[in-house]
Amino acid sequence: MTPDTDTLFRTLADPTRRALFERLCRDGELTVAALTAQAGVSQPAVSKHLGVLRQAGLVRDRPDGRQTHYSAQLDALTPLTDWTGRMNGFWENRFDKLENLLTRMDQ
Amino acid sequence: MTAAETRSVIVEREFKASPDKLWRALTQPHLIEEWLMKNDFQPKVGHGFNLRGDWGGVLDCEVLAVEPNRTLVYSWNFAHDDPAFNLTSVVTFTLTPTADGVHLRMEQAGFRPDQPQAYGGAMHGWRQFLDNLDQLLAREAE
Repeated sequence: MTPDTDTLFRTLADPTRRALFERLCRDGELTVAALTAQAGVSQPAVSKHLGVLRQAGLVRDRPDGRQTHYSAQLDALTPLTDWTGRMNGFWENRFDKLENLLTRMDQ
Repeated sequence: MTAAETRSVIVEREFKASPDKLWRALTQPHLIEEWLMKNDFQPKVGHGFNLRGDWGGVLDCEVLAVEPNRTLVYSWNFAHDDPAFNLTSVVTFTLTPTADGVHLRMEQAGFRPDQPQAYGGAMHGWRQFLDNLDQLLAREAE
């Protein structure tokens, strides 16, 4: 597993942080205040989580006067969502075993 | 971008064996175990079975279509505590005789079109499975 994937897994393993990220995926750009209103945790806690998400490349911040707007960066999930590539490797490996089995089976 | 996209994995290979022999490898539990996973498979439409990985993961499956020496289809589902994150996919094996063997095409189609969660949520459901899969593949690469 690449270090990038590790970082993404760790970042999204926290339920509160993941909920914030999913809300940004769903609702688009939001301010810290708007996110806090439904997060069930304090504004400083929300800001801290957003900082972790930003470091992982999962959200982008856009300062606007005294407000900061956050938006989800879905491209950052690419290492995780490439499940087709992973499953392809899985099946290639299984086909190797199947080929080996066929050489050992009776006709 | 949504999680509702359905994507497929397709792996194809030609084997130097008869369609009948390959069919047995795909449908007899003790043979399936040798190349795929431990299982209680039966080639009967509607039969529910589990595939049990060496890593402890259990896949819930159901036979959807059986056409001896030609087609085998079963569901390939990985349950998650949160139903919204369940993985649902269908695996289709298609056998075609060739001049000196048999061609096998495997297509795994995943993510139901109605799966509601956001992109991030869909990824979460895969976390455990991919972790386990990575461990498995790493062990097998040794």
